[in-house]
Amino acid sequence: MAKLRTLYDKIWDDHVVDVQPDGSCLLYIDRHLVHEVTSPQAFEGLRMAGRKVRAPEKTLLVVDHNVPTTAEARSHVVDPESKAQIAQLAQNASDFGLEYYDAFDKRQGIVHIIGPEQGFTLPGTTIVCGDSHTSTHGAFGALAHGIGTSEVEHVLATQTLLQSKAKNMRVTVNGKLPAGVTAKDIIMAIIGQIGTAGGTGHVIEFAGEAIRDLSMEGRMTVCNMTIEGGARAGLIAPDEKTFAYLKDRPKAPKGAAWDEAVRYWKTLHSDEGAHFDTEITLDAASLPPIVTWGTSPEDVASIEGVVPRVDDARNDQQKAKIQRALDYMGLKGGEKIADLKVDRVFIGSCTNGRIEDLRAAAKVIEGKKVAAHVNAMVVPGSGLVKDQAEAEGLDKIFVAAGFEWREPGCSMCLAMNPDKLAPGERCASTSNRNFEGRQGFKGRTHLVSPAMAAAAAIAGQFVDIRKWS
Amino acid sequence: MDKFTTLTGVAAPLPITNVDTDMIIPKQYLKTIARTGLGAGLFSEMRFKEDGSENPHFVLNKPAYRKATILVAEDNFGCGSSREHAPWALLDYGIRCVISTSFADIFYNNCFQNGILPAKVSPEDLKKLMDDASRGANATLTVDLERQEIKGPDGGVVKFEIAEFNKHCLLNGLDAIGLTLVKSDKIKSFEDKHNTHAWA
Repeated sequence: MAKLRTLYDKIWDDHVVDVQPDGSCLLYIDRHLVHEVTSPQAFEGLRMAGRKVRAPEKTLLVVDHNVPTTAEARSHVVDPESKAQIAQLAQNASDFGLEYYDAFDKRQGIVHIIGPEQGFTLPGTTIVCGDSHTSTHGAFGALAHGIGTSEVEHVLATQTLLQSKAKNMRVTVNGKLPAGVTAKDIIMAIIGQIGTAGGTGHVIEFAGEAIRDLSMEGRMTVCNMTIEGGARAGLIAPDEKTFAYLKDRPKAPKGAAWDEAVRYWKTLHSDEGAHFDTEITLDAASLPPIVTWGTSPEDVASIEGVVPRVDDARNDQQKAKIQRALDYMGLKGGEKIADLKVDRVFIGSCTNGRIEDLRAAAKVIEGKKVAAHVNAMVVPGSGLVKDQAEAEGLDKIFVAAGFEWREPGCSMCLAMNPDKLAPGERCASTSNRNFEGRQGFKGRTHLVSPAMAAAAAIAGQFVDIRKWS
Repeated sequence: MDKFTTLTGVAAPLPITNVDTDMIIPKQYLKTIARTGLGAGLFSEMRFKEDGSENPHFVLNKPAYRKATILVAEDNFGCGSSREHAPWALLDYGIRCVISTSFADIFYNNCFQNGILPAKVSPEDLKKLMDDASRGANATLTVDLERQEIKGPDGGVVKFEIAEFNKHCLLNGLDAIGLTLVKSDKIKSFEDKHNTHAWA
């Protein structure tokens, strides 16, 4: 009998070019996404060694991290370094003959949003990008993870990566989500449970009824934040929803090739009884809307909960960690989460910048006004998401409520462009990291779902979306 | 890439858990198109005050640690983003070895691409090394990659883990792309089969 294999095992086996004596493998890479921040030094390395890009047709370039999100600023990037980095990506695309979406291309957007939109992301493929949120693409049953710039250069030159196989972890989320609780809450609850290093050395497959019930957008949200739980890659087995999402996308196979591909994709699931090194189970029905209180994505609390106190710590190391986070966040410990007031609201990012996220937020705010002391912005994940939202009239709902409606990009998820928090500002953010300084020097980030962020903008503080009317 | 064989130097204690790559090198330094010069931004939000002057309380600003070549940190060092600017910044500052109980996967890989040794030790040994490091400039550590040992100022020795291939590449300063290109024929024959699939 053939060995029972996990989904990860199957994709891995299909891409092994060579096995080294120590067991590490040279793995073939099917798709390479490239953005302006982590690629200049890689292309420079190729130039210095006189090397070419091995498979230009498997490489797609887009500008996202640096681009300003107002139409005016986009046309005249003032930051000289941002401007140089954007220009360098265009130059590299031209020098090496690579497809490139510039800031004025309708298909431009956050690299992890445009891959699926274009059908560049496909089940069973290996996908890399010099960006840790490459895990997003695992929602399609693709083995996708972030790499450093040296590895970007390695993939450009050889279309392969040297990899040691990770362990298999499965997170099963049983049951149905309560109203108001979303994919974002699922993944934050998982990170809260396993910790930010819980998935280190593993690939996590997400399974169970609550995962199957998620839309592709929701599945991308879950896989996106897998890296915040320490695992470089997340995976969800492809199903009819996956195929329906991909059919007729520009880069997806067509005609007979589509049928052949779907036949193969249907084999991409973990075999019944396949071995997982670690198994975690959650009950969806018991999950609340979640808000992070500290400076690590594992610092999660229920909207009904309180900020932890230093005295809650189990040991000295944890005490120091809580104290540091409380000091940074301007909290004492013991505050009710629902009493925390916000100054800023950010809706967007590769975690929650897709159409479904904007619909969820718009539904919450329709006919209401952003609180007087709050500055709120929506940054669609791509030009196509923006167009779709405008076709549905969502932009009008946001603008009428007092939100700023911006151009697509990474924006205030990491604040490399002009969108950033001022020191001390408290932000309800749909992004993925609440690290110190992430959204601006001394800025304070609370991670939440789009509906929770939208409600916080209106109320001026966190509120339980389950009680929203 | 420079070889890593043995290193004797001052070790700076950084008793923080989950040191993330945003902390190691904040985003404003990611706009460079060069690999060098990032040492100026290493830990900048902790190292400098808002007005740009040095924060005297940060370990690398203390006279004893200004020339540190080793960092000793708590669990899960290097979590967060994939930015290789993090190891570039460490290297540019002069740090060649980071000692912790655990490292985030992407950062860990990135170290080996740059001749930096991420040394994994047990929680008990980390505590010992953190104590050693806290004693300042008179307390240097010696890291011996071949023997996978770290020797403290009192002569105590702790072992660290590293995969054989990673060790080999560090010891010899090997360039990964060069190693892979030797296998070009294997890549070509893989592609000849693989690329016939509709989904490839």
